[in-house]
Amino acid sequence: MSQTPPFDEMHNADGTIREPYLILEEWLKEQPPQALSLMSADAESLFRRLGITFAVYGSNEGTEKLIPFDIIPRIISAMEWRRLSKGIEQRVRALNAFLYDIYHRQEILKAGRVPEKLILNNSAFCPEMMGLDPTRGVYSHIIGVDIVRVGPDDFYVLEDNLRTPSGVSYMLENREAMLQLAPELFQRFKVAPVDSYPETLRRTMESVAPENTKGAPNLVVLTPGIYNSAYFEHSFLADQMGAELCEGQDLFVEDGMVYMRTTTGPERVHVIYRRIDDDFLDPLTFRPDSMLGVPGLFDAYRAGNVTLVNAPGTGIADDKAVYTYVPEIIEFYLGEKALLKNVPTYNCTNDEERAYVLDHLEELVVKEVHGSGGYGMLVGPASTKQMREEFRKKILARPDNYIVQPTLALSTCPTFVEKGIAPRHVDLRPYVLVGDDVRITPGGLTRVALKKGSLVVNSSQGGGTKDTWVLED
Amino acid sequence: MLGRTAQNLFWLSRYIERAENMSRMFEVGYRMSLTSRREGGASEHLISMMQAAEALESFELKHKQADVQSVANYMLFDEENPSSVKSCLLAARTNARSVRTALTTDMWEAINAAWLEFAAIRPRDVKGSKIQELLGWIKQVSYTYRGALLSTFLRDEGYAFSQIGNFVERADNTARILDMKYYVLLPRATVVGGDVDIQQWTMILRAASAHRSYRHVYHDRYKAWNIADYLILRQEMPRSLAFCVSWINRTLDMLEDIYGERTAGHAAADAVTELIDGNGVDRIFEYGLHDFLTEFINRNNRMTDALAESYNFY
Repeated sequence: MSQTPPFDEMHNADGTIREPYLILEEWLKEQPPQALSLMSADAESLFRRLGITFAVYGSNEGTEKLIPFDIIPRIISAMEWRRLSKGIEQRVRALNAFLYDIYHRQEILKAGRVPEKLILNNSAFCPEMMGLDPTRGVYSHIIGVDIVRVGPDDFYVLEDNLRTPSGVSYMLENREAMLQLAPELFQRFKVAPVDSYPETLRRTMESVAPENTKGAPNLVVLTPGIYNSAYFEHSFLADQMGAELCEGQDLFVEDGMVYMRTTTGPERVHVIYRRIDDDFLDPLTFRPDSMLGVPGLFDAYRAGNVTLVNAPGTGIADDKAVYTYVPEIIEFYLGEKALLKNVPTYNCTNDEERAYVLDHLEELVVKEVHGSGGYGMLVGPASTKQMREEFRKKILARPDNYIVQPTLALSTCPTFVEKGIAPRHVDLRPYVLVGDDVRITPGGLTRVALKKGSLVVNSSQGGGTKDTWVLED
Repeated sequence: MLGRTAQNLFWLSRYIERAENMSRMFEVGYRMSLTSRREGGASEHLISMMQAAEALESFELKHKQADVQSVANYMLFDEENPSSVKSCLLAARTNARSVRTALTTDMWEAINAAWLEFAAIRPRDVKGSKIQELLGWIKQVSYTYRGALLSTFLRDEGYAFSQIGNFVERADNTARILDMKYYVLLPRATVVGGDVDIQQWTMILRAASAHRSYRHVYHDRYKAWNIADYLILRQEMPRSLAFCVSWINRTLDMLEDIYGERTAGHAAADAVTELIDGNGVDRIFEYGLHDFLTEFINRNNRMTDALAESYNFY
């Protein structure tokens, strides 16, 4: 798989330009030599001035970095998008049905389609959620599906992020930046707008307010605080939605209701978009040492007096080990074949598969089951002998802690780098909102590995982002 | 509005005002140390300036000698000094990040840009003419922020809490400057103050940016009573206690309009107002200038506590 050249989103094999990129090619040719580097510098100062930063764990506390922004947009045709969004919608419907089932009658386990052990012994399974009925039966309201492309019609889902996917503020700010930097491009293309996302998010949250809500529900965003790596996004979304941005200390529970402390006293809160992990939500139910959460929050949730977006325990459906079963899950609940492909995944607890994995580490990707952000991961083709040796030991010690996949030849997109325009590998994270309906914003976050040949697109590992254009017919 | 948001807005404005005041006070100490012709005089001026800024004790724990370099480092750049300009700007920005959704883009950008620029300065590069340049720049930061606030901020509760923070801090600062030199303002037998007194008075007025406007108001030489009158009671002097108290009262009236009720904070503000309105300069001197200023600072603090309680700061 790694032998074939990666799919180039802009150029056909014969060097001609693929249709969605024709106008862009024209525009690039018109640009005077220095124009792109000037634009690039403008973009950087724009982002820094606005404070669109993220913190990098492991570096000095409080250090804020910019995610590099690439000025060449990634373009998706209307037809490609229709296919993708159908596949995404199918996935999120099935996964929400799966979550409902897992936390109720567990039919899929009884039917033996997914191994019981895999779910019930999984640390992402949340027994406290058993029998609970979230409004409209929706567990995961905000989803970011990671998709990679390896051919003209070949899309794979890498991960379904059903807990608290981040990055949507970059989707919105990247578009703002492009509108400022190259307004003329938008006159030549018909690009689907993304700026309704905050409004749609608001609508989605309102649609899942507790049934006993009277009048307009009070919505808040719950953040761990300004030192969190995604704090900018939390404040950005609260601002754009017109919701209050709260920390744990701003909320309290009394008589099973959640209130926020305002200058004029307590005010009831109905829907919480929480950007705090399950474990930290409520020290009385989950981790007792959590300073970030709200004591008693889970009881209020259980009593149906507040909606948590997303629900606790959704991690069981995007667990890397459960991921392999998603095609099964889609078939079981929807009676349909999966429209989007899963990446073939090796199971290291199986002797035969593990033996294959250990023999072929230099061509495979190894991921920690509960890892994220590109940490704790081995990319075989880019690894040293020492790194492979290290992972060999890790896999042998805890085979259940790793999943292994072939190295996918991620598609490339033209990217502005020091030496001019060159192809770099990209992935795509579209954002989905689930409430009274499933709504997918046409676009998403394209992450790009800025280092030549690199396949790791995570911002914590030197990745950048691009504006993502979905063209309209 | 969240109680925490109100609190953050209050402190954000306070820290910006404090950064400006620290820069002003340092400027005064610095200028006087430059012009001092007496042996050891330079160091004395810097020391009394730090005393007024309540920074002397902690300074002496770290430094043996008070010279321009060590004092500049401590007052401008030292993060261990909670009132250094750097600490103030960082605290302002941290507060601003917490309440970003409550600020206008212009206000946020003023603070963010100031912090990024200040954090990039290397203290050892700041010497000679660069010192004045930096001090001027710090004042500009405060002006830019206040300018953004006054021209873009919605006139609602957030604005009110910002303004109160600003004027509580300014009143506190002016009272401290006066208190530091209260003894040179005390009436004495001699009609004309000596050279040393005049120099001290100039220092007080300069710290409040009042040395030139004084002439416009009094058409007279520097005189102790006038100076006290000017910085305590004059409504037209934008750094006087009376001016700050009027702003606080006007802003508290606004909160009363918004929330429909008076609070313990209002009552505590009345106690501050009484102190200013009920006294002329002669009464103040009769009472004892130092005691009067101490009482003012205490009532000002009690008002802050009462406001925090009334509006659920935490």
